[in-house]
Amino acid sequence: MKVYLDNNATTMVDPQVVEVMMPFFSEMYGNPNSLHKFGTATHPALNKAINQVYTALNAGDNDDIVFTSCATESNNWVLKSVFTDLIVNGDKNHIVTTEVEHPSILATCRFLEEEGVKVTYLPVNENGIVEAHTVKSFITEKTALVSIMWANNETGMIFPIQEIGEICKAKGVLFHSDGVQAVGKIPVDLQAVHVDFLSMSAHKFHGPKGIGALYIKNSQKLTPLLHGGAHMGGRRSGTLNVPYIVGMGKAIELATTNMEEKITAIRAKRDRLEDALLELSNTLVVGPRESRTPNTILISIRGVEGEGMLWDLNNGQIGASTGSACASEELEANTVMLAIGADNELAHTGIRLSLSRFTTDAEIDYTITHFKSAVARLRAISSSFAIQKPTKGGEVQECELHH
Amino acid sequence: MAKNDLLGASLWDAYSNKVTTLMNNPQHQGEIFEADAESRGNKLIVADFGAESCGDAVRLYWEIDPKTDTIVNSKFKSFGCGTAIASSDVMTELCIGKTVDQAVKITNIDVEFALRDSPEIPAVPPQKMHCSVMAYDVIKKAAGLYKGVDASSFETEIIVCECARVSLGTLKEVIRLNDLKTIEQITDYTKAGGFCKSCIKPGGHEAREYYLVDILADTRREMDEEKMKAAADAGATGDFENMTLVQQIKAVDAVVDENVRQFLVMDGGNMEVIDIKKGDEYIDIYIRYLGACNGCASSSTGTLYAIEATLKEKLSKRIRVLPI
Repeated sequence: MKVYLDNNATTMVDPQVVEVMMPFFSEMYGNPNSLHKFGTATHPALNKAINQVYTALNAGDNDDIVFTSCATESNNWVLKSVFTDLIVNGDKNHIVTTEVEHPSILATCRFLEEEGVKVTYLPVNENGIVEAHTVKSFITEKTALVSIMWANNETGMIFPIQEIGEICKAKGVLFHSDGVQAVGKIPVDLQAVHVDFLSMSAHKFHGPKGIGALYIKNSQKLTPLLHGGAHMGGRRSGTLNVPYIVGMGKAIELATTNMEEKITAIRAKRDRLEDALLELSNTLVVGPRESRTPNTILISIRGVEGEGMLWDLNNGQIGASTGSACASEELEANTVMLAIGADNELAHTGIRLSLSRFTTDAEIDYTITHFKSAVARLRAISSSFAIQKPTKGGEVQECELHH
Repeated sequence: MAKNDLLGASLWDAYSNKVTTLMNNPQHQGEIFEADAESRGNKLIVADFGAESCGDAVRLYWEIDPKTDTIVNSKFKSFGCGTAIASSDVMTELCIGKTVDQAVKITNIDVEFALRDSPEIPAVPPQKMHCSVMAYDVIKKAAGLYKGVDASSFETEIIVCECARVSLGTLKEVIRLNDLKTIEQITDYTKAGGFCKSCIKPGGHEAREYYLVDILADTRREMDEEKMKAAADAGATGDFENMTLVQQIKAVDAVVDENVRQFLVMDGGNMEVIDIKKGDEYIDIYIRYLGACNGCASSSTGTLYAIEATLKEKLSKRIRVLPI
């Protein structure tokens, strides 16, 4: 059995999504901007997709939801254009964000710092979220933008977006949220929550890779990132990616229709898996369940290094993930784990399991069995559980490595 | 960055079969207990290196025959990734049967080499090369414990890049001999900095005492200073024509300072060098008179000849001095 439990990284494209995309490759391939029928033939499907996205997010007709290539583009767009509009051509000079954002926020902020922008990276609490009062205390007259993720990719923890939105509204500061881990997983109602900008990506909710969107409240000013043929009302140039837009529309509709039922079903499997894994001694899951996206578990297994665990899971045909030092190309420790700060060992023993609506009960059973046997094997090798103590003088005095 | 870097490396696919096999089934994982070693008349040494909070930890067990100082058995325990476990396993295998003095000569390079399937192909991808370094460190620590000396006493030179075992001395020498100017060149020539990259600059996987960026900058500065000194010395000995413009101006100034300026200043004047142009026949030195020298009759006759004669004598016979 193969089990894919890395759905926070990317998801399988729903076959129903693939089906609606297919006609727009070799049958209806016209450019939507053309005047002829080849081009205009795509309009009904594009309009449908636009309506599907607006409905799923409960966006108003005065709002813009502009299709982009992915959330990385959407995030870059907001940060760089707010920089242009309010910092270069305005009197602001400050951006507030968190330490645990996606690299498309953090790396862009570092880039803007080199351009002279002041950036505040807010710390997270022991559950890995930023508290609203913390955000409030860092907003100044010079703050151009607050950018805070809706839910965290590693922990699944949901941030207090509603409260932060109200704070930003009251202070008159633009508020952007990276909604990549929220859209399609939990209800996102843009009438109930105040955000000026919201980034999303279709491949996180069983749509195709290479398509995302940026929500812009009340069609407000935001200088384009991509200049060109003035597509999407001039907001984002580039020939419309018709099949992918159609696919994204279908995907978000499927994810948000009867959403509570879907959430309940995923949550039940997630909780069952989590309960079973917590039967193991010396384990810890980050963040209370009810505050997390319903599909995510970040579990620390004392004495078992993350990449070693992934290796054994992979041998059992189970795909999971870790942000631990050794598993990444850059050999960096997991930033979320370090930010939580409770225990350095977490940074190297974290395993993230993220389910989807396609995860089955049989897959959960299989995972529980393999996970437990992998932990048993690796703990048998682990120095953390060795009995014979080191020779006097042979102990480790302090961390001799950097992380 | 080029075509082959467009997709990130597939980390696990780059492991040798030996690494994979030993990770899945390490041969020497386990413990040796003190009572058991003593019952066989042997001494047990147990050394730790790294820690769980660092992301890597290894515990090495040596059962040593005190009569011959031979490691008769060795085991390990490891908190680490696949390559850390495989490296530890091969490390213990390399230790068994060796005397402590022989074992301490085992380096991470030996460990990595023993994990290769074929001699030409590395056992692990570059960023994993560092995993075997812990093997070297823990062996030194165990040997130090057995011999009652500090582990650092086994170091004969300062190792800057542990992955490739490149010393400070080697790096400085290679930079000088090959006139290296970039970190990439250093990596091409020595392999230093080509693996875990910790030694390139601060902020990597591991804090280091020496970084390649500093060694390069320091060595280049030393080289520049030496070159300048050599150029200045050459000025006095007549290699003026091969100097750079800046060096030539400095050399002219030095000669003027020493032989001419004091006489001009005595009369309330001075001069400065404006430019130097090298022609086929002459090297023209353009000067400007300052103060009382301006308009002084001698400045275009006697004084000028004196300046030119001095420079010709001290620097080059081809010099012609042109006041502007």
